[in-house]
Amino acid sequence: MSTAILPGQGATRRLMRNAGFAIGALIVGTVFIVAILAPWITPYDPFAVNLDNRLIPPSFMEGGSAAHFLGTDQLGRDYFSRLIYGARISMIIGIATVITSGLIGTTIGILGGFYGGRVDDVVMFLITARLSIPVVLVALAVAGLLGSSFILVILVLGLLLWDRFAVVARSTTMQLRTLDYVSAAWCAGSSQMSVLLREILPNIATHLAVVATLEMALAILLEAALSFLGLGVPAPLPSWGLMIAEAKEYMFFTPWVILVPGIALFVLVLGVNLLGDALRDMLGTDLSR
Amino acid sequence: MVKFLLRRLTVAILVALTVLTLSFLLTRLSGDLAISIAGPSATAQDVEIIRQAYGLNRPVYVQYLDWLFRAVQGDFGDSYFFRDRVSNLIGSRLPITLTLGLIGLGLALIVALPLGIIAAVRENTWIDRSVMMVALIGQAMPSFWLGLLLMVWLGLNLGLLPISGTGGPEYYVMPGIVLAFSAIPSLMRLTRSGMIEALSSDYIRTARAKGLSRLSILVKHGFRNAAIPVVSIAAVQLGFMLGGSIVIETVFAMHGVGYLAWESISKNDYPVVQAVVLVLALIYIALTLLSDLLNAVLDPRLRTA
Repeated sequence: MSTAILPGQGATRRLMRNAGFAIGALIVGTVFIVAILAPWITPYDPFAVNLDNRLIPPSFMEGGSAAHFLGTDQLGRDYFSRLIYGARISMIIGIATVITSGLIGTTIGILGGFYGGRVDDVVMFLITARLSIPVVLVALAVAGLLGSSFILVILVLGLLLWDRFAVVARSTTMQLRTLDYVSAAWCAGSSQMSVLLREILPNIATHLAVVATLEMALAILLEAALSFLGLGVPAPLPSWGLMIAEAKEYMFFTPWVILVPGIALFVLVLGVNLLGDALRDMLGTDLSR
Repeated sequence: MVKFLLRRLTVAILVALTVLTLSFLLTRLSGDLAISIAGPSATAQDVEIIRQAYGLNRPVYVQYLDWLFRAVQGDFGDSYFFRDRVSNLIGSRLPITLTLGLIGLGLALIVALPLGIIAAVRENTWIDRSVMMVALIGQAMPSFWLGLLLMVWLGLNLGLLPISGTGGPEYYVMPGIVLAFSAIPSLMRLTRSGMIEALSSDYIRTARAKGLSRLSILVKHGFRNAAIPVVSIAAVQLGFMLGGSIVIETVFAMHGVGYLAWESISKNDYPVVQAVVLVLALIYIALTLLSDLLNAVLDPRLRTA
């Protein structure tokens, strides 16, 4: 059991060799640093409109200008600067959603797995009910009713994406519950709370980390989709999904306008997933569902 | 077997009731519904008229029970915008969404099953790794973006398919591909892991020892067992795909229920939004029930559970 739960030395070596992990870490690390340093590394104000400089192609394309590395959008705003600020939005959404949904899902899952019986029936029911709710539709409906905002997107996604945390926390807790060291903690007179927090939680943390990467990727994609449909992060914030939506009208004439934010989104999500896959391989368990 | 199914059925009905209640609560989130319906330019008198007309002046629990009893009978009231029964609207749009979902699932299975099996047979070779790479790419691809790329590439540059709209079979190709893309990764991973497990089991070794042909071992002994989880996940996946069709239908301007919901959200047409959420959730619940049933039929070990 300990090899499945705790990564041994062999597993760490495998991890170091894992090219996927390296690429994933590189992508996510870069985006993270870029997001933090955004105000200092952007060449222009991402909100500054300049109607004389609309839709300039990227500098490496024909007709591009060296002044704007990735060109400008339909309002003459610097595309590179907006892309960098967009990284901020994606990272904040991803991390905040994972923290919210992780807290909810882990709590529910551990309770179900630990107590079993009636408590577990309720937990299973909550998970089933949650899974039957169409996420995108409900998120859009809530945003439509309450008016979309940055905070609302985080809250809605956080309140909807806890199901996988709950499933994994529940099943891993169930496996641990009967193990010797947990019994030993009971015998030593630990309280329920202390067993849950000190014995169970640290030992399912790596499994939850895998789920966290999957959910972070999902949250980033969903935010982009919501913003694309006009009910996510409101304009003029440079969410990558919103940038694609704004560029959509021009894509038949200048396809690069949807390529730039789309590739950024794709690469970031790929990076997060690569990290998650590497973690999962390290654990040697299949948590794909 | 009967006990197992009865238990699942009870849970399904309870979940359906929960979703009914949630979709009612959803529209009460904004506080005063009458003000939202009337719009920003309405006077206090307009709001009062609307409140009377839609019965919003009654206590909330009366409104809830009234709505619940009607909804159970398939009556979702009138649309505020379309001047039609909500049930008529959904009835006319649902076939488009269901067709799209089935096309997407079909395409996904056609791609995912063979690739998953090949990856399992050639485990840890470059073939396996390329297949897993495809899964990763599929997972990271934003569906609305892929839709736009296909519109530019297949629709405009190659002129093969209509760019967007609702119509004949050719209108389903691009949305179908995009929808399939979202389901391929999980189906493929599941097929692969199921096959790997099946191929390493004792009965496969026995089959080999008997001298059966490689193909017969793969199909009759390996895939039959690996298919059990795939079949049940496929049903659930269809539910997810229908729920996610709102994005794809909006991108391609296909007038299914997803597009209807999107239109209704932007027009504050709450009865329609409520009904679409409910219908999609109920379809999902029905599909999970079907998946449990399939599981029980395919895998005799589960019947006693």
